[in-house]
Amino acid sequence: MGIAAEAPFHVLAVDDSLIDRMLIERLLKTSSFHVTAVDSGSKALKLLGLVEDEQINEEPPSIALEAHQDVEVNLIITDYCMPEMTGYDLLRKIKESRSLKDIPVVIMSSENVPSRINRCLEDGADEFFLKPVQLSDVNKLRPHLLKSKVKDEEDQQIHDKGINETEVIAPDKTIPKNIVTKNG
Amino acid sequence: MEVGQMRRQWLDYTRSLFLEGFLDAQFMQLQQLQDDNNPDFVVEVVSLFFEDSERLLKDLTFALDQNAVDFKKVDAHVHQLKGSSSSIGAQRVKNACIPFRNFCEEQNTDACLRCLQQVKQEYCLVKNKLETLFRLEQQIVAAGGSIPMVELTQLSF
Repeated sequence: MGIAAEAPFHVLAVDDSLIDRMLIERLLKTSSFHVTAVDSGSKALKLLGLVEDEQINEEPPSIALEAHQDVEVNLIITDYCMPEMTGYDLLRKIKESRSLKDIPVVIMSSENVPSRINRCLEDGADEFFLKPVQLSDVNKLRPHLLKSKVKDEEDQQIHDKGINETEVIAPDKTIPKNIVTKNG
Repeated sequence: MEVGQMRRQWLDYTRSLFLEGFLDAQFMQLQQLQDDNNPDFVVEVVSLFFEDSERLLKDLTFALDQNAVDFKKVDAHVHQLKGSSSSIGAQRVKNACIPFRNFCEEQNTDACLRCLQQVKQEYCLVKNKLETLFRLEQQIVAAGGSIPMVELTQLSF
């Protein structure tokens, strides 16, 4: 069974530089992504439906409030150096959110600082791009999106059929199950 | 001048800008992102760069003119200018920002002022060059021609 024409993946781009927002938007659209570009981490969080409320962090996990995602975002690509909330801060907030933590996050930076790169990757970033970002970089995004799409579909099937996780049937039987595990 | 000649002129001029280091490969990337659906992309981004840079250069001049220079602020401006020039491929402007940031760290006002002069100079040069290039493009399009994109990507330096 072939996959019917699907909606393009939706990428949320975050960068305080207008020029870089224009660039990343064009790069992503050229690669057939649907794009929303915002100029700050706080605007990104707002769009993702994550309310910046300290009380949420104090709730015990069992009754913690779920973020209401107003818009479906399949990947977040963010600049590192931004005033107020850095890309790293944004990454941490996303990974700490139960509803958002599975969204792949990519960090961009104009500065090649190995310790910065390592920290981002260790704390959950899927890729780190050096600016200026190229089309070849954007081409690296699709596998991360497909990976989470397969995972989403599997989760959905588990939910729908109430099947034991070990018996999940991948949408395309030729995709090996290990493709959904996060690479080191 | 007929279209073929204008196109050759555009190619030669663009080539010289690369050879002289005014532009780098990132400018090519911008050209490649331009297409029939986004025919003005390069001009739009570069125009933004002009506006942004002029504002930053003004802010830098002001910041370095203070009795007590706020080097963190100066550095932030230079960082922004370095970023945007890098994003559009304005290589010489970007390179002029590098020593500038070093002198900010050293809190050396005089050296910073010299760097600012250098950056302003490079900015003026690349602005003139790009405006000339865009004028050539307008002439080509007005004469019913198109920018020689394929030939651009085949240029060797």
